Amino acid sequence: MSLWLLILGMLAITFMTRFSFFAWPDLRFARAVEQGLHYVPVAVLTAIVVPGMLMPEGELWLDWRNAYLLAGALAIVVAALTRHLLATIALGLLSFFVLRWALGQLPL
Amino acid sequence: MSRSQEFLHGCRDILPLILGAIPFGIIFGTLAVAAGLSPLQAMGMSALVFAGSAQFIAITLLGGGVGAAVVLLTTFVVNLRHALYSAALQPFVRHLPGRWRVPLAFWLTDEAFAVVQHRYARDDASPYKHWFFLGAALTMYLSWQVSTLIGVIFGQAVPNVAAWGLDFAMIATFIGIAVPMMRSCPQVASAVVAGLVALATWSLPYKLGLLAAALAGIVVGVWLERRAERALAGEDRA
Repeated sequence: MSLWLLILGMLAITFMTRFSFFAWPDLRFARAVEQGLHYVPVAVLTAIVVPGMLMPEGELWLDWRNAYLLAGALAIVVAALTRHLLATIALGLLSFFVLRWALGQLPL
Repeated sequence: MSRSQEFLHGCRDILPLILGAIPFGIIFGTLAVAAGLSPLQAMGMSALVFAGSAQFIAITLLGGGVGAAVVLLTTFVVNLRHALYSAALQPFVRHLPGRWRVPLAFWLTDEAFAVVQHRYARDDASPYKHWFFLGAALTMYLSWQVSTLIGVIFGQAVPNVAAWGLDFAMIATFIGIAVPMMRSCPQVASAVVAGLVALATWSLPYKLGLLAAALAGIVVGVWLERRAERALAGEDRA
């Protein structure tokens, strides 16, 4: 039940951000807020990605057997070179599962 | 163009972006079941929230046993970019009645914004461009629901799916979104600072480190951008 409340809360918050400027036709951003918003996606996504790659099990894991780190590094290179989202996801996932399979980390 | 032509062009133009979203939806459905959501809850989240990255982060956080307040706060931070989209499209929808603006806002995703902005930028005087918006948004919405359903079925059929490490799909997706955005020095610095602070604050309770890291990255980015502007202004005067 509480999960449904959480979903409704997420609905309210997501809708609020999307409807914000549609609701008030005269609303404008302060310049500092607008500048700050431009850094939100990169900062938030990086803050999720970096611990996900370096500490997938909750502790720092700097090791060549860490498939999250190796496949993530490859995905970063692909993304920087191609700027193509689908290519990044496809090559990243492919290398991740090949590595996990080669290292015997898949539950097969 | 007529209303129905605009609508159909909207459906058509968003198709390439949907190809990218379908695997994302399938993986979300699979992971949601693995994280302990019921199939109905997983479908409900896609139907009601309809925000891919926020949904991914929510189930990742829930899997890590984080409280609802932090999930909601994270949803807010991750979705702030939608306020930018809302601001960008505001001049084109302000004349529409509420029965249009409310659903169009609900369906305003990254993908819909990309094609709709393109349509509004073309300088023909079509009065029905909001029908294009509707067609693109509805197509995106339907494909998100279908792909979530496929993922939910897949997640239930494959035993021990949580041990496969499908959460890497989210990491790869976020890399694919974030890295191409790092085109300026302040953007790169913002990312580096956010990443380092996220590592340093990992042990904070309720994943508060994520918020600290995001805030640190934003502050550094804005600070560097303003410093560059001041330097440029100084050169102009010299």
